[in-house]
Amino acid sequence: MSDNNYKNTASGEQQKQQDMSRRKFLKNSGLVAGGLVGGSLFGGLLTNSFDSKKEQKMEKHKDTLIDVQEAMQFFTRHQDFLVLMAATEQIYPEDEHGPGAIKLGVPYYIDKQLAGRWGINGRDYRHGPFTAVLDESDQSAGPAGEQSILDRGDIFIQGLRKLDEESQKRFGTTFDKAEEEQQIQILQDFDDDKVKMNGLAASEFFALLIQSTLEGAYSDPLYGGNRNMEGWKMKEFPGAQTSYAGYIDQDEFIKLEPVSLRDYQGH
Amino acid sequence: MVKKLPKVDAVIVGSGWAGGIAAAELTKAGHKVVILERGRDKKHEDFMGTKDELRYSKRYDLMQDLNKETITSRNSLDKKALPVRDNSKARLGNHTGGAGVHWNGMSFRWLPYDFEIYSKTVERYGKEKIPKESTMQDWGITYDELEPYYDKYEKTAGISGEENPIGPPRSDKYPNPPLKETPTIRLFKKATTDLGYHPYHMPSANLSQAYVNPDGEKLNGCVYCAFCEEYGCDFGAKADPIGTVLATARKTGNLELRNGANVTRVGHDGKRATGLVYTDTMTGEEFEQPADIVVLAGFVFTNTKLLLVSKIGTPYNPKTGQGIIGKNFTGHFNNLSTYIGARGFFENKKFNNFMGTGALGATIDDFSGDNEDHSNLKFLHGYEVHYGQLGTRPIANNQVPEGTPAWGKEFKKQSLKYANRNLFITAQSGFLPNKETYMDLDPTYKDSLGNPLLRVTVKYAEQDRERAKAGVARCAEIMKEMGADTMNVDVVEDDVEFDHKFYTDHFFGGAIMGESPENSAVNTYSQMWEMENLFVVGGSSFPHNSNYNPTGTIGAFAYRAAEGMNKYLKDGGLLTQSELKENA
Repeated sequence: MSDNNYKNTASGEQQKQQDMSRRKFLKNSGLVAGGLVGGSLFGGLLTNSFDSKKEQKMEKHKDTLIDVQEAMQFFTRHQDFLVLMAATEQIYPEDEHGPGAIKLGVPYYIDKQLAGRWGINGRDYRHGPFTAVLDESDQSAGPAGEQSILDRGDIFIQGLRKLDEESQKRFGTTFDKAEEEQQIQILQDFDDDKVKMNGLAASEFFALLIQSTLEGAYSDPLYGGNRNMEGWKMKEFPGAQTSYAGYIDQDEFIKLEPVSLRDYQGH
Repeated sequence: MVKKLPKVDAVIVGSGWAGGIAAAELTKAGHKVVILERGRDKKHEDFMGTKDELRYSKRYDLMQDLNKETITSRNSLDKKALPVRDNSKARLGNHTGGAGVHWNGMSFRWLPYDFEIYSKTVERYGKEKIPKESTMQDWGITYDELEPYYDKYEKTAGISGEENPIGPPRSDKYPNPPLKETPTIRLFKKATTDLGYHPYHMPSANLSQAYVNPDGEKLNGCVYCAFCEEYGCDFGAKADPIGTVLATARKTGNLELRNGANVTRVGHDGKRATGLVYTDTMTGEEFEQPADIVVLAGFVFTNTKLLLVSKIGTPYNPKTGQGIIGKNFTGHFNNLSTYIGARGFFENKKFNNFMGTGALGATIDDFSGDNEDHSNLKFLHGYEVHYGQLGTRPIANNQVPEGTPAWGKEFKKQSLKYANRNLFITAQSGFLPNKETYMDLDPTYKDSLGNPLLRVTVKYAEQDRERAKAGVARCAEIMKEMGADTMNVDVVEDDVEFDHKFYTDHFFGGAIMGESPENSAVNTYSQMWEMENLFVVGGSSFPHNSNYNPTGTIGAFAYRAAEGMNKYLKDGGLLTQSELKENA
């Protein structure tokens, strides 16, 4: 499948189906029938959902959005980005179920995240003293590199270049050009801490890489990954649905077209 | 230069359930109240369109900004504590409504055994059953005395519940019927019934139907949209302080809720609290808000830190056992007391795992508290086993059978296959206080205003591990009965130690209650023994942790404390003493 396919499915027909399924859904859910108080909150939502003018405006938007929003915000070297693409694709590969990390937009998602406050650990406690090597009984402690002085941006740049360096050392080629088995072998060695990094354990970088890849595959498309909600479709997750009140006590498995936050918030 | 503001009747730290309930009851009685809340202003409007897993569950948008203040953590006295730097290890509430906004809504009553745990244990098993490291004690109140306050809280929050077949007596039924029964809840209830246990729907603050509470506040019925824990309700269908007690207090015209007010200490003259000193987070200016009564209704960490920094009461010393402030820290810990259990994988069944709501599910109380005979068990207190249908979200829901790699082709295949083919049941267990699990001020790390961080030391005891093992084994028994084809069963290692995760937000102690100043910081009205116009309300007053979620009990004690505050503003004096006189 080429990237174009994803763009095409995002347009008119798809949108119409979603709108229909949502209307049907609201009807099934029994929400419209009432039995509610404090109308302002609910009223606002319903109004948003059924405001057809707003929905038309939204469709027009969608066709032009994807490509121009994809360029590097955080990374500066193209090679770093190529390694990121190759590594995330190994973690979440394209297969018979659907797209892998690259086609889902995961590398751009990670680039955008690193360019924001998450990349500089903006909400984290950042006063010293910092500790690169933890006591053994504390090692289960935390998210990747929690006690390190490095921020997430530092960790990614160092980690990706280390992947390249290992590949050069072992196979005489950059990570992105190495064979699949070779890439997997290197990543496994990061996972097993057989590679040495500076200021944190290789497995901590790797845990961060896995976590960010999954976030990029499954977060709302507004963040730049999960392109066209393909990640959700593979997982049969229907996104930001208004209500499941009409379904939740039923025995059969319910398949619904996913709804993005853009659709749900409707502005 | 601290600028002194005009005096009010009561000043409160924090706008969560505890502060909100106090504010509602005080303002209804005609008192002028100021709440100081360091977080931002939040209205229900802020939660519309909130269904964003990355923002709220992975970036912790509603939680405390640790950049400004956190805690430090260690798991034994001889270690140097390290700061908890990242929200994935500390989901502490923030902003108007506090953690009461982004809770799941599980709203239990604790057991008669909990409030008289020392006496009832000695009575049933003898003194020698109590481990030597234990500092467990009676609370100075009985379940029967607390019952009317539970009832009041449940009516305010519109709790939706099913009668617990083996639960403690109630003066009235739940104000709303239980949430819906789903296929997976039916499966859990059938399996546990077949095993001879007594399942019931978890009591829920996600309302089963539209409801108007006794204060006239309106709440909607839940639509099971599955964005509940870590989210504010999109639909006004989860009871929170914003839509109930804070709204009630506002209607009186007697409440001023001041956001961006970071309280740094309690002003006092050694005998009486004079007010609260805070820093305006917008300008950095310092103010003192004087008041006749001062109420600390922040989280456990906030309340304890304020007492220690303000030098009120005697700090607890784990070496000598002397002192009280910081004593008896307990909680639900990730690798011990909750989130562990059995995950079943089903080859031929698919479940609507993505639907749900915070407190939807069922539990059994057959092993709660002292409900089973502990004579031949190596632990005291117990566990409840529940299946909860919170609704799974896709970044977090990557459950695979043991032995599956954590990344790559096989991971992708299996995590997609089992996304809607797995169910989890967990045993949430009590945690009993011990001599080396406590809070004090950290000697190294400081907050953004230059005050020391609070340091938390958590030491697991043998009986805590044994209790957890028993709970997990029970989960496996039930999951097997539910028909899982394969199971991942968590293992509680013999040497498991605290892993520095303050993720559950169920933490207690630091200013514990009791029947006398000998063993407690506050009386059962949450009034400080040695500073009678200072009330320290919330989980900080609990001498131990039960196996249930705490909010129902926090709500009940907040109502009792608020009754005490109104009485104190009228008559003065130590409330339990005047109570004794009345009963004499």
